[in-house]
Amino acid sequence: MSVVENIIKQHSNPGRDSLIPILQAVQEHEGFISRESVIEIGKALDLPASKIYGVATFYNQFRFSPHGKWVVQVCRGTACHVKGSAALLSRIERELGISAGGTTRDGLFSIEVVACIGACGLAPVIAVNGNFHAKVSPDDVPEILRNYRNQTVEGTK
Amino acid sequence: MIKIEVNKRQVEANKGELLLTAIRRAGIKVPTLCHFEGLPPSGACRLCVVEMDGRLIPSCATTVADGMKCQTHSSKAVRARKTIIELLLADHPDDCLYCVRNGNCELQTLAEEYGVRTRRYQGEKSTCHLDVSSPALERDPAKCILCGKCVRVCEEVQNVSAIDFAGRGSKTRIETAFNEGLNMSSCVFCGQCIKVCPTGALREKSSIKEVLEAIADPDKVVVVQHAPAISVSVGEAFGLKPGSECSGPLNAVLRRIGFDKVFDTSFTADLTIMEEGSEFLARLKGKGKLPMITSCSPGWVKFAEEFYPDMLDNLSSCKSPQQMMGAVIKNYYAEKANIDPKKIFSVSIMPCIAKKFEVTREEMLTDGVPDIDAVITTRELVRLMKMRGLDLNSIEPEPADNPLSLKTGAGKIFATSGGVMEAALRSAYHLVTGKELDSLDIKAVRGLEGRKEAKINIEGTEIGVAVVSGLKNASDLLDEIRAGRNDLHFIEIMACPGGCINGGGQPIGVTPEAVAGRMKSLYSIDKSEKYRASHLNPDIQKLYKEYLGEPLGHKSHKLLHTHYTKRDVVK
Repeated sequence: MSVVENIIKQHSNPGRDSLIPILQAVQEHEGFISRESVIEIGKALDLPASKIYGVATFYNQFRFSPHGKWVVQVCRGTACHVKGSAALLSRIERELGISAGGTTRDGLFSIEVVACIGACGLAPVIAVNGNFHAKVSPDDVPEILRNYRNQTVEGTK
Repeated sequence: MIKIEVNKRQVEANKGELLLTAIRRAGIKVPTLCHFEGLPPSGACRLCVVEMDGRLIPSCATTVADGMKCQTHSSKAVRARKTIIELLLADHPDDCLYCVRNGNCELQTLAEEYGVRTRRYQGEKSTCHLDVSSPALERDPAKCILCGKCVRVCEEVQNVSAIDFAGRGSKTRIETAFNEGLNMSSCVFCGQCIKVCPTGALREKSSIKEVLEAIADPDKVVVVQHAPAISVSVGEAFGLKPGSECSGPLNAVLRRIGFDKVFDTSFTADLTIMEEGSEFLARLKGKGKLPMITSCSPGWVKFAEEFYPDMLDNLSSCKSPQQMMGAVIKNYYAEKANIDPKKIFSVSIMPCIAKKFEVTREEMLTDGVPDIDAVITTRELVRLMKMRGLDLNSIEPEPADNPLSLKTGAGKIFATSGGVMEAALRSAYHLVTGKELDSLDIKAVRGLEGRKEAKINIEGTEIGVAVVSGLKNASDLLDEIRAGRNDLHFIEIMACPGGCINGGGQPIGVTPEAVAGRMKSLYSIDKSEKYRASHLNPDIQKLYKEYLGEPLGHKSHKLLHTHYTKRDVVK
C-alpha cells in the first residue's frame, strides 16, 4: 500500500475538506509533496490535480521537491529585515546558485524563507537544520556554508 | 416583484436576483471584468461596486432587497473603479499595439472609458513565462488580470479543470498543475477560456503565417475548406446581423486571398453521415457497442480519451468532417485533378481551437501525409481578410468549387448542437426503411439547452437519442450510463455549449442572442436547400460510385475512419 493510500485510509469519509490534513501527512512522511502523490490524492478525493496544486502552493508550508541535507532557514521578520536580512538572503542564494524555496542539484542545501523565527535579539538570524547563527553578515555566509559542506564530506568518508 | 432605487430612479427587480442584474436591466451600464452570466458570483474584480449608504458594495454579489437605494456612478464609485483599472494596468504589459486583442480588450476599453491618461502607479511587474507548449492554445500570464473566468469555464462549464489559481497574494497566478504547461495538462483545447478572457492572456496559436507562406509559394496548390459554422458567424465582424449567411461572399473573399480551390466542409459532413449512419445501423444489429457517440468534436474526443477511456468503444470510428475532407482532397480530388498530393497545402477554417490539435494527431496522417496542413479559426480568418483589405459587404458572391462543395441542409446543420443527430436520423431512417421521413424537422433535438433527449421510432424500433453540448453536461450523461442507464442508442456530444456556432475559435464577445441567431440561420438554410438529407447529395453518391465503393467499405475504412486511445495526462 502506498503512503498516500495509507494516509487516506486513516480519514473516515475523505473528501475535499480533508485535503490539507492529507497533504500535511504526506509531507511529513515523504518530506515533500511529489507529483505522483498529488495525482494519487486527486484520484482518491475526486479533485483535479490543478486544484490540489493550487491549494498546496497557497500555503508556504508545502514543498514540491525533497529538502536538501541542510535546510537553511532565513528569517525575514521585521527585526531581521531592519538588520539587513534581504542582503543576507540574496548572498545565500548567490552562493548556492538557487533561489529561496529551491534545493541545490547535489541535494546538499535548501533555502527556506521564514516569516519570523522568534529570535529577534540575534537579528539577522539564520538556522541550519535547527542550529542558529546569530548576527550573520553576508560575508559570513561562505564560511558557514563551507562548514556544513565539509561535515557532509567527512560524514561520507 | 420588488422596488429598488437606482440613481434616484425607481427600478423594478425580481426577488432574489443580483443587484447587478437589476441595474443592467434598467439600462444602466456598470462594468465588470469577472462576472460570469449563469454561474454564481465570484466578486473578484470589484469593478461593479456601487455606493449604498456611503459604502461601496459589489453589485454582482449583492442580492436585491425591497427599498434598496444605490448610486452607480457617484464620484466615490467611479473613483474606486478608476483606481482598480489603474492598479490592474500597473502590472500589465504596455504593449497594446502588439496584442492580439488590441481594439477588442475589455481592460483597454475600460481604461479608455474611465479616462486613464497617466500611469499613476508604477512598480515592479511580475515576470511570467509564455506557455506555448500546446498545438492549439497559448497562455500569456503577463496579461492575466486574475479575473478567474477561464478557471471557472474550465471547471464549472467544461468539467476539465486543467488550470487553477496557484500561489498567494501578489504572487498569485493561473497555472496548470505543477506549471508543466497546457500540453501536459488535461486541457482539451476547446478554447472556451479564450472566449471569456477579458484580455490577451489566452489566445489561439495562430497559423496565419504558414498559410500566407503557402499561398506565396508558386509550387503549392493551396486549397481551403470552410466549416458549416463559419458562413453564419463571420459576417458579424463586418457589421452584419448575427447569423447572416455569407457562404457566397466568403468563397469570393477566399479566392481573393489567394486560395486556389475553395471547398465547403458541409459536403464531408454529409459524407460523415453516410459513414456514421451506416456504422450506427451495424451497431444496432449487434456489431459494436451501444450507445454510439459522435466523434466530430475533437475537444470532446480528447476529453473522452482522458476521462472516459472505458467508453472509447462507444465513440463512432468516423473521422470528423474536417479530416474526411482532408483525406478526400489529398486522395480522391488529387487523383481526379491530377495533382501530386505532396504539392497540396490543405487549409481548413474552423470555429474551433481543438481542430488545430486534431490535425497533429498521428492517426490523422494517411500514408504519412497529414490530411490537413493548417487550421485557422474564424478570428484568424477575419484578421486575414482585414489584412488584405477585403470586406464581405462589398464583394460579389461566388460558388465554392466542385466536386467537394455541394451540400445538403443536413450537412449545414452540423454546426449546431443537435444538428449531427438530426442529420444522422434523416439518413438512418432511409437506410433502414428505404423511405424518407414524413417530416424532416426533428424539433426535439433542436435548441440551445445543454441536454436534449428524444425517442425516435424507426419502423417499430424505438431509438433513444440524447444530444449534449458543454463537457459538464456530457460528463453528467456519461456518468448516468456508467451507472447503468441503458435506454439510449445514439448520443451526440459537442464540447462547446451550443455546438460549433459557439466554438472556441469564434469571434470574441459573442452574446447568447448572437449564438441563437446563428442557429436560427442554419435551420433556415436547411429548410431552403434543394437536398435536405445527406444520402440525397448527388456528389456524395458520385464519390461512392467513382471512388469509395460503399460506406464502411475498404477505402472508407482507410481514409475516413480512425481510432482512439486512452490518454495519460495530469488530471
